[in-house]
Parts: sequence; structure tokens; C-alpha cells
Amino acid sequence: MAPSVAERLLQRLGQPGAPAGLCSLEAAAQLGVDHQTLVGAVKSLQALGEVIEAEARTATRWELSAEGEEVLRDGSPEVRLFRSIPEEGLPQGEAVKLPGGSLGFSKAMANKWVRLDKGAAGGPRVLRAVPSVQDTVQEHLGQVRAGGSLPERERAELKRRKLLLEVTLKSYWIRKGSAFSTAVARPETELTPEMIATGSWRQLPFKPYNFSSLGLPPNCGHLHPLLKVRSELRQIFLEMGFTEMPTENFVESSFWNFDALFQPQQHPARDQHDTFFLLDPAEAPQLPPGYYSKVKKVHSQGGYGSQGYRYEWKVEEARKNLLRTHTTSASARALFQLARQEKFTPVKYFSIDRVFRNESLDATHLAEFHQVEGLVADRGLTLGHLMGILRQFFTKLGISQLRFKPAYNPYTEPSMEVFSYHEGLKKWVEVGNSGVFRPELLLPMGLPENVSVIAWGLSLERPTMIKYGINNIRELVGHRVNLQMVYDSPMCRLDV
Amino acid sequence: MPTVSVKRELLFQALGRSYTDEEFDELCFEFGLELDEITSEKDIISKEKGEEKAKGASDVVLYKIDVPANRYDLLCLEGLVRGLQVFKERINLPRFEKIIPAEGEGQRLIITEQTAQIRPHAVAAVLRNITFTKDRYDSFIDLQEKLHQNICRKRALVAIGTHDLDTITGPFTYTAKAPSEIKFKPLSQSQEYTASQIMDLYRTDSHLRHYLHLIENKPRYPVIYDSNGVVLSMPPIINGEHSKIRLNTRNVFIECTGTDITKAKIVLDTVVTMFSEYCEKPFTVEAVEVVCPNGKTHIYPELAYRTEKVKPEYINKKVGISESPSSLAKLLTRMCLKSHVTGNGNHIEIEIPPTRADIIHACDIVEDAAIAYGYNNIQMVIPKTYTIANQLPLNKFTELLRVDLAAAGFTEALTFALCSQEDIADKLRTDISATKAVRIANPKTAEFQVARTTLLPGLLKTIAANRKMPLPLKLFEISDVVVKDPNTDVGARNYRHLCAIYYNKSPGFEIIHGLLDRVMQVLEVPPNEENGYTIKAAEGTAFFPGRCAEVFAKGQSIGKLGVVHPDVITKFELTMPCSVLEINIEPFV
Repeated sequence: MAPSVAERLLQRLGQPGAPAGLCSLEAAAQLGVDHQTLVGAVKSLQALGEVIEAEARTATRWELSAEGEEVLRDGSPEVRLFRSIPEEGLPQGEAVKLPGGSLGFSKAMANKWVRLDKGAAGGPRVLRAVPSVQDTVQEHLGQVRAGGSLPERERAELKRRKLLLEVTLKSYWIRKGSAFSTAVARPETELTPEMIATGSWRQLPFKPYNFSSLGLPPNCGHLHPLLKVRSELRQIFLEMGFTEMPTENFVESSFWNFDALFQPQQHPARDQHDTFFLLDPAEAPQLPPGYYSKVKKVHSQGGYGSQGYRYEWKVEEARKNLLRTHTTSASARALFQLARQEKFTPVKYFSIDRVFRNESLDATHLAEFHQVEGLVADRGLTLGHLMGILRQFFTKLGISQLRFKPAYNPYTEPSMEVFSYHEGLKKWVEVGNSGVFRPELLLPMGLPENVSVIAWGLSLERPTMIKYGINNIRELVGHRVNLQMVYDSPMCRLDV
Repeated sequence: MPTVSVKRELLFQALGRSYTDEEFDELCFEFGLELDEITSEKDIISKEKGEEKAKGASDVVLYKIDVPANRYDLLCLEGLVRGLQVFKERINLPRFEKIIPAEGEGQRLIITEQTAQIRPHAVAAVLRNITFTKDRYDSFIDLQEKLHQNICRKRALVAIGTHDLDTITGPFTYTAKAPSEIKFKPLSQSQEYTASQIMDLYRTDSHLRHYLHLIENKPRYPVIYDSNGVVLSMPPIINGEHSKIRLNTRNVFIECTGTDITKAKIVLDTVVTMFSEYCEKPFTVEAVEVVCPNGKTHIYPELAYRTEKVKPEYINKKVGISESPSSLAKLLTRMCLKSHVTGNGNHIEIEIPPTRADIIHACDIVEDAAIAYGYNNIQMVIPKTYTIANQLPLNKFTELLRVDLAAAGFTEALTFALCSQEDIADKLRTDISATKAVRIANPKTAEFQVARTTLLPGLLKTIAANRKMPLPLKLFEISDVVVKDPNTDVGARNYRHLCAIYYNKSPGFEIIHGLLDRVMQVLEVPPNEENGYTIKAAEGTAFFPGRCAEVFAKGQSIGKLGVVHPDVITKFELTMPCSVLEINIEPFV
């Protein structure tokens, strides 16, 4: 195989006594190749690393235009005209048709090489005015062609006549590099099984990788960010010894959603404006017998040390089906089951599931969201215990600065809102709600009198939006989700 | 949570000192209030209607304070100040006194039996020799509005009417009459209207139209007359212009009518306890005799003081503190619950004033002790409760399965459980009657008509919203659907479904089929008829004919897979073929 241009270039650079540097233009001429081809060879050698050094240069050069080439070959128009005019001259009309044409005629006139006899018979006649002329234009072009230079005045004249062009040439000044070698091997792009088998990789140069570009994204599935946070919260509850409550009924009776929680039947939350009631099935077929009459009594007449709400409790109102407005309805069911055990055993429960509110929708509120709820039922629990377990829980969520504000919830007393200091907003923001379940809720279920239940809740969406920096909840939950966001979302690590 | 707006200057004047905004915010937080916003009338108008309209409005600084929903005694400046001053031990809670006039000199309100069908209860009281100022008057009106919106449940349970007693003459009659028989000049109107005309008049009123439905279709409307036939009010809609209270009104007749007598009494107690401080003899209220249709008479307001006895250790144990009985009594007294230690320190006797209707159980007393102690001063303790955690099997299974589906190259979607009827029926080429769907009675928009019976519409809509994403789109969701089930206590139940979709230029049935095979592989269910899973050609309205199969496993049909019907694709505004799998995963738990 004939040596490549790159190899020939290297050989030329490597010759003993070779100059320290080569101009790419000269090198192209010397090697008899087009300049572009040589530049290609320089680039490919550069890609190999430090074999050569190539410094980009720009130079200007004068070249003959197409018209200039013609003049160099055939002579300048004025000379050609002069030489075509016979001794006796010829009519002006014919003279302009000669080689050189009207341009030649006007130039020859200007040079006073020819003259015009206006009085001649048969019209104006062109006659030679000098015996012979010298074609300096052709000579000058010849000099440019040969690589020589012209006086500035002459060059400007030829440029004005568009016989010469000034061209900018990009070239390289090529020198030996630190890893110069005349033996250039084509670099390998990748390691192949053959190279491994034959061991040829030991001798072969490899093309360097571009480490500044990104790799190819893996072809994979992704978990939804909100559900990643759900997994993390489940994990936190499990680490803390909490057992998961069943929450698998979105449809709930008003009884479990409100009445069992000692939320009176006239409570505004039971308004059509806040809660989705059902048309079908409109009513719950069964309320727990026995228990529901105790609930009725504590609402309407009191008992268990309570004054009650003293209103007419209606079973029809309790039967009304709805989409649960909180998972506390599921907690009520779980506590009711606990109360039915023969002997009370302390429990720690949690749940994370959907709840529904018939509210106005905006960037942070949807008609459905996920509620996170935790509770501890044991003898002798205090408000201090509630705060203690909240501190543990929120610390695992990465929230350490907590403060508690008295609040009102229909089914807890005492109640406290949990605030944490938000570094970004520079203020305290609410992160959850909590309290001690009212005796009016626990005692009708049949739980022992000295058992307290401390509980807290928060939404899953809020910490997720903060964690993933999402401002519009619709981009996170529901079909209008931004799938790119899902693809790009990082893993959920709340405590780092 | 109700929000009370008070002028900062008036508030500080009444508190006898001023606070920085931060200090006041801190005080609110400690007491269980929330300083929600610092604003002015000008700011409010400018925000709601634009700066132009706000020109000339007052720029007096207003505090908007969120008050717990059960603290009716904090719904006005007077009550807030009283509560905070007692909390800071700057004053003692005043004692409210009911003055019963001599025989034959007091006011009487007679309830007729016609009210029984519409609004049976009424209570009343008189504030004598009161002195209003503009601010007091505004606060008085505002408190009534706050009560109407909250405890009165938008006037459904209780409606308040306040009248200038000097313009009317008792005894008063609370009755109900046919709308055509009631005629009077309503508040702020210049002419008389019949009740029917009044209803028409207020049909477009931004405020009053919300109350019309309470009586609108009733044959008789409630109405209160004086002994000369002057209409005091037509509850719960409007008072009469005749008896309107003014800044110079000296004697105020207050009536509360309603459907809940307990709440009516609380509302009356609240109004009189808040404003009797402006009477000549502060904190006194003149009683009114109310005669029921059965002839029984009651004296209102009740202004009942109740005494509760609580053991100090009960409070200490519930809060997690160890305060002495006298210290606890002091804490409670700061919460408007005047307390003292009785016997040899075994009990604390607590007097519940008529302003604290929210105290219905000892636990309410415990909370007040904790608030006065300071929630943030309580020692935090980790409960010793030892338990072994268990996951719900269905959720544990779901968590494992979703990770495997993502590992199989599918991306998890999270769609709404509520949707339109069209989404689960028409758009899937089936009839709603075939779905067993649970239907919502009061959806605000079509998006919330039913609970989904299938996950498919949600995934199709997710793709429609993400058409710009590069193909193929491979999505899955594991979540609950809801169907009617008469065998459950509520008549409906959830099923946990797995749905997966492949959306590309070709349907890719083999990809969805492969996913089913993979799911069964991780579930250790072999592809055979005896103890494994099979798929058999089937029909499905949402599927392209001949491209649908039913999935059988665990001896039952668990769902379907196939190529989505082109009409379904079009109806969900999609353009590419796709295939789906939807199965119930509960049999594998």
C-alpha cells in the first residue's frame, strides 16, 4: 500500500536536516497534493495526540482571476488590439470588433498606441501611432504567477482591472510534536474480542475518548417521584416499629368518616362544598350494631365524662356514603378492631393512602391527595410522648427544627400543629397536624379508659413537592404529569 | 378556620401596650392563634379589585387573625383582647350577670306552633344602656356575621337578629306565615315588600342569596312581630328597617332563631358576653322570657356557669408534666377557666364560664392547661410502646411488584381515582350500566363524576398529555379501582389493579404479552393450564377485534390484554397504535 499523505508528511518532517517547521502550503506543493488533503492529514495526526504540533496561520496571496489567466495566455486586450490593426488602419466600426474589442481600443487610445483619423474618407479610421508595443500587463501577471512580487502601484492597477485577486489562505505551521514518530498507525477506536484473543492490543494505539461529553442514557423504566416518597415514608414507619393499617376502601360511610370520630353532624366539613357524597351507592347498608348506638348517644347526650354536642343525631346522616376525606376513618376502623380484642395490646399503626376533598383546585390543591397518618395506642401516653415521637419521625424526614402550636381538630384534644423552620422561606411553616384522640371517640369503641391514642398526619404531596422542587401539583399527580420529570427525578433520600 | 380582622391600633390600645408584629405573632402562636396576614383595607381592595378602586380606602393597619373553629369567644376584638389579657394575667375574667326584671317588666318572646315545621327554636336577651362607637358597632355587626358563617352554619342552624328596643314594643311573637301574608320594609330598603318579593329582591344579592334556600320552598316563612304588628325580622334572611340598630341605640333586643337549640343558646351567650362590657352596668344582661308553644317558659340567656372537678395528676399525666395543684389551677385560670384547689389538694375545681362552650370534657381542660404551660416547654419523651412492625400484605406485594415493572423498562404513572363517566364508559365503547361504577352526587366538574373502575383511561390520558415525548412510551400503574359491592358494609370496595401500556408506531402486542409473562415469572406462576396462567382469545369493547385475550390464573379470570381499539385511541386524542394489559393482582397476595 502506498504511504498515506499523513505518513509522507511525517517522513518529510523526520528527514535528517529537515527544517524545524513546515508550512502546510509548501508541504502540499512539495508532496504534490491538494492543500485541503494535507490539512485533513494534519487533523488526523493531531487526533493521535502529541505526534505533531500544528499552529494555524492565515496568509494573504495574490492570484490571477479567470480574466487574468486569459490575459496571461493571450496577452492584454490593448496589445491584442494593437497587433490586429494593419498598417493602413481600419474603420473604427471594425476595430472594436477585433480581438481586444472596445476595452482594448480604449486602453490603446489611452496609451496613445493608436490614433483616430476622424477626417478619413469612409468614416473615422483607426491607425497605429507607434511602431511596436510591449505587453507589460502580461509580464506583470507572469511575475505574480511565478510567485514574484509587484510594486504596489502596479498591483493595485491589476486589482482594479479585476485581473488579480487577493485570497486569504488558512495554513498550518507544522512542527514535530513531543511524541513525534514517523511510523503512524491508524488508531483503534475500540477494543475488540480479536485484539484480546491475539494480544494485539498491546501494540496498538487507541483513539482517546472524549470524557467531556455525556454517556448514553440507559434504556430503563422509572418509578414515580410521589410514590418514591411514599416508599421512603413506609420505610420510616417500619423502622419505627409501626404496623400498616388497611385502607383499601375509598368509599366510606359518614359514620366512619365523621360520626365515629366524634365530628358532629352539623360540622362544616360535612357540607356538600367540602365532601364528595355518593349518588350510588348513596347509603352504607350496614353500620356496626351496638357500637353505632353508643356513638349516637355520645353525640346527642354525652357520656364518658362528656357533655356531648346535645343535638338530634340522625342515623340517615351517618349512613350517607362519601369518598373518605381522610384516612382517619381507616384509623377509626383499626382502633375499633383493636377494642374488640379480648385483651388490649399496645399498637403503633400507620397508613398512607388517597383521600378526597370537594375543594376548589389550584396549584397546590387537588380533589384527591395522599394522607400520611401515624398513631400509637398505649396506656399512659402523654402530650410529651406525642411530641417525642413527632421529633423522631420528622428527624427521619430530614426536618429537625420543630415547634408546636395549639390547634383545634374535632377529634383530637389536645391538638397541636407541627411547624418546622424553613431555611428557604426564612419562616416557620406547618408540616403536619397532630393530637390525642378524644375519649368520646375511644371509649364508645370499648377501649380501656386509661388507654390514650396519640396521632399525627400530613400530606404526602407537600414534602414531595418540596423535595423535588415542584411548584404545580398537576405536574406531579394525575395524567398531566410531566413524564420527563418522572424520568429525571432523583432517588428519594429525605435525610441527606 | 375563621379569620378575624382587627385594627392593630385598636387592638394594642385595648391590650394596654403595643407589640412589634413579630412579638404579636409569637403571642398568637403560643396561645393557639395565627397572625395570618398584616394588611389594610386599601391593600385588600387593591388586591381584589385593582389599585384604581383602592384609592381613598383606609390604610389603617389590620391584623387578620386565624381563630380555632371552636373558640366563638375569640371571634371579635372584645373577646380576643379579653382572652389575651387573662392569658397574660393582666385582668381577671369578668363574671357575667343575668338580670331578671321584676314581674311584668321584662321582655317576652312568644313562640307559636307554626314555627315547628320550619325553625322551631328561639332565644332572646336585652343589652341595656349600651354605648356604641363606630368601632364597637362595626365589631358588633362583624361578630354576628362571623357567628353566622361558623357555628350557625351559614344561618341554617341559628340566625341572629339585633334590634333597637326603643323602636319596638313587646311582647314579641315568633311565628310562621305564608309568604304573601308577610309584608315589611327590609333592612336598608326604602319601601315595603311582601316576603315573596323580598326573596326575588335578594335572588341576585351577593350575600343574602346564599340563605334563601333555607326557607324558600316552605309554605310558611318564619317571622317576628312586636305587639303592634311591626316586623322585627324574617329569619334567617333579613331584619326589618324599622328596628335597625344605630350608633345612638341604647337598648338592644337580640333574638336568635334556629333549628338547633343548643347552638342558639351558645350564640346568644356569645353575643351578650362579648358586648355587655359596653353596658352602663358592664357585663350584665337583661333576661327575656321565652314562651314555647306548649306553654312552658324559659329565661334566656342561659349564661350558665358549670363546675368540673379534675384530679391534678390526671392533667399532669395527660400532658407529661409534674406541676403542683395550685400551679395547675393558676394555668387554667389564665385560660379563662377560673380554678382553685379543693380539699387537701386532691382536686382542682374549675368553673366553666358561658363563653367556653367548647369545654365539654376533661380533655378540653387538659389542653388548656398544656397551652398555658406552653406546648414548647413540655419535655419530649419517646413512648416505650414496644411493637413489631407489619406491612399490609397487599401493599408489601405492590411495593415489590412496581420495582420489578420499572426494571422491565416501564415507567410508573400516578393517575386520579376520580374521572368522568365518559372516561370509563363511552370512550371505552361501553355503557356506564355495565361498569358497576360508584357515582358521585355532587361533582363540581365532570372530572369527578365517578370513581374509576379501570386504570386504562388514566394511562391513555397520561400518554395524551405527553405526546411530545419520544416513542415508545411504556407506562404502568398499580393502584386501586372502585366498584359497587352490596356485600360490603358501605356497598362498594376497592380492587388493586396493575395496568401497563405500550404506545408506539406498531401495537407491540408481543411486548405487553412479554410483560405479562415476566410478571408471572417473578410471581412464580408457570405458563400452563393446571396450576399456572393462560391467555385465551376473548372479546373486549376497548380492544381491536381478534387482538384481545383474557388472562386466567389461580383458577379465575384476572383481566385482559390486547391491542386497543382504534376508536378508543381516537377518543383519547391519540394517534398511534398501542397495546395494554390490565389485571387484578389481589389473587397473588
